[in-house]
Amino acid sequence: MLYREALNRAIDEVMAIDETVVVLGEDVGRYGGSYRVTEGLVAKYGEARLIDTPIAELSIVGNAIGMAMAGLRPVAEIMTANFALLAFDQIINHMPKYRYMSAGKITLPMVVRFPQGVSRQLAAQHSESYEQMLCAVPGLRVLAAGDVNYAYHALKAAMLSDDPVVFIEHELLYTKKGEVDFDAEVDPFKARVVKAGDDITIVSYLKMVDDVMAAVPEIEKKLGKQCEVIDLCSLNPVDYDTLEASVKKTGSIVVVEEDHKTGGYGAQIVSWAAEKMFYSLDEPPLRIAGEDVPIPYNRTLELAAIPTPESIAARIVAWAEGNGA
Amino acid sequence: MNKLLAEEIYYDMVLGRQFELAAKEHYMAGDIAGFLHLDIGQEGFSVAAMKAFEKGDVFTTYREHVMAIARGMEPKAVMAELFGKEEGVSRGRGGSMHLFEPALFFYGGDAIVGGQIPNAVGCAYARKFQGSEDGVMVVFGDGATNGGAFFESLNIASAQKLPLLFVCENNRYAIGTEITRVAPFERQAKKAEPYMVTMEVDGMDAVTVYEAVREAQTLIQQGHGPIFLEAMTCRYEGHSMSDPDIYRSKEELNICKGKDAIEQMEARLRSKYGLGDEAISVMRERAEAAVDDAVAFAASAQEPAVETLADNVFVERRG
Repeated sequence: MLYREALNRAIDEVMAIDETVVVLGEDVGRYGGSYRVTEGLVAKYGEARLIDTPIAELSIVGNAIGMAMAGLRPVAEIMTANFALLAFDQIINHMPKYRYMSAGKITLPMVVRFPQGVSRQLAAQHSESYEQMLCAVPGLRVLAAGDVNYAYHALKAAMLSDDPVVFIEHELLYTKKGEVDFDAEVDPFKARVVKAGDDITIVSYLKMVDDVMAAVPEIEKKLGKQCEVIDLCSLNPVDYDTLEASVKKTGSIVVVEEDHKTGGYGAQIVSWAAEKMFYSLDEPPLRIAGEDVPIPYNRTLELAAIPTPESIAARIVAWAEGNGA
Repeated sequence: MNKLLAEEIYYDMVLGRQFELAAKEHYMAGDIAGFLHLDIGQEGFSVAAMKAFEKGDVFTTYREHVMAIARGMEPKAVMAELFGKEEGVSRGRGGSMHLFEPALFFYGGDAIVGGQIPNAVGCAYARKFQGSEDGVMVVFGDGATNGGAFFESLNIASAQKLPLLFVCENNRYAIGTEITRVAPFERQAKKAEPYMVTMEVDGMDAVTVYEAVREAQTLIQQGHGPIFLEAMTCRYEGHSMSDPDIYRSKEELNICKGKDAIEQMEARLRSKYGLGDEAISVMRERAEAAVDDAVAFAASAQEPAVETLADNVFVERRG
């Protein structure tokens, strides 16, 4: 099953059991979604539940909030993270705050979904990542689907949750293939140990998990050590228990992220490691992130602006050798 | 319109069409990547509007190759940008959606729908402040008129009587969504009526577009304040190369193609200005040669050096 099919299946299943679920966004209905995530759903559930909106992101999220207040369970799709910025007033000033400001009298059972990240040469206004901003706002759950099975289970859980969830996808993952275990019980807030290992903990999320996995054979061969790769899955809250167990075992932590390094999301993980795991660490933490530049169009420059399997392997090997890991 | 100008507009339309066809071919061949939004079908508007708004500043969208060239950008430099090369107008950093040339008063190339409209309002304020009379033209599609930035801009521009020409290039589709499904009417000029004088033109007729934009700019130069012009157009291709374009009927597209702006202009050159087959084919061949040159230039141009990745993030580098 493809990643986008897993997302489609999740939406389909929840829509089938809960008539209050509506999906809204640009081209989500008749067109089937820019990345085909909602393909076929309008035929099943009709245009009142798959709402084609104008290009009006603030209203897409703003309206979804109102729908949620009134008892619906909306899933708002934004075409890409950069466009979500137009809705950030609603995502930050409204979505996470109504419940708190109303002393719990208002709840917003809603999901805002969008893809983010560097795809292929979409340039500076279509390639960014905003998890670091979203995770800095109390009151939002932020999930990042880097895996097909997780995408299915986590989106279902997000749709069934009574709290507002920002569900982050990645543009390059929609055609990723993977198995879905439909019977499994998946806690969307639990990190996923993608590969176990005793020597180096590598923490990542979204598409960078795949890039880390692609780098692992080279790292293990060069260093003669084993990597443990963890997909965070939930970016807020963070499953620190899984991280702690791994760091205690390996004595190290590397964070790999696609967003820009300054103010980037991984700083939170490294900060936690420095505060809480200091005496378990055998060497300083390492953060591998995107450069502090807008994403360029040219392919060579684009790849130079973000971590790649090659650069991840080279950085980790150099770090490990420099630190005697 | 004199013969020389008619020929110039025709030539730039043919050049634009040929350029877009070459861009499509080289996208398929993998020389161009990312999002590529072709202007095929809309050249009549793009060229005539640029020629008419000769002086003054222009802001537009990601579907801007033909406008950029009509504005005076070298086809070579535009094609090299599409190829992601150092010799491109944006040094390979921007690509298809981000063509900028302040020397031509051409400010892109914005890939956030409606995002350039408030910028154009600011530019119009600055021009008024600076005592310049030529005004600013901002081009956007029908889809952008449903966003907040659009309405905010109408309000501010009219409240401040800014020298700004709003131009809605209405091709009736926001990717796959027909405008009448997400707006209460087809003509978006209605939205501007409470704020300013509005004009509607057939965007498939370059001469009409030219005359309307000239008239609007003249009024703006006389201190009239903002004007809204809507041009009904038709894109023959999908929204971008990623769009399978399965939401429109063949008949609908054929009706559009029956009004092809280039064919209309060619017929006019023949009937009104007495051009014959030879004169027409000379122009066509010249356009084809210019596009061939542009492609050859782009193909052999240099890749940007990785060391230049952080160029132009700031004026002054620190740390």
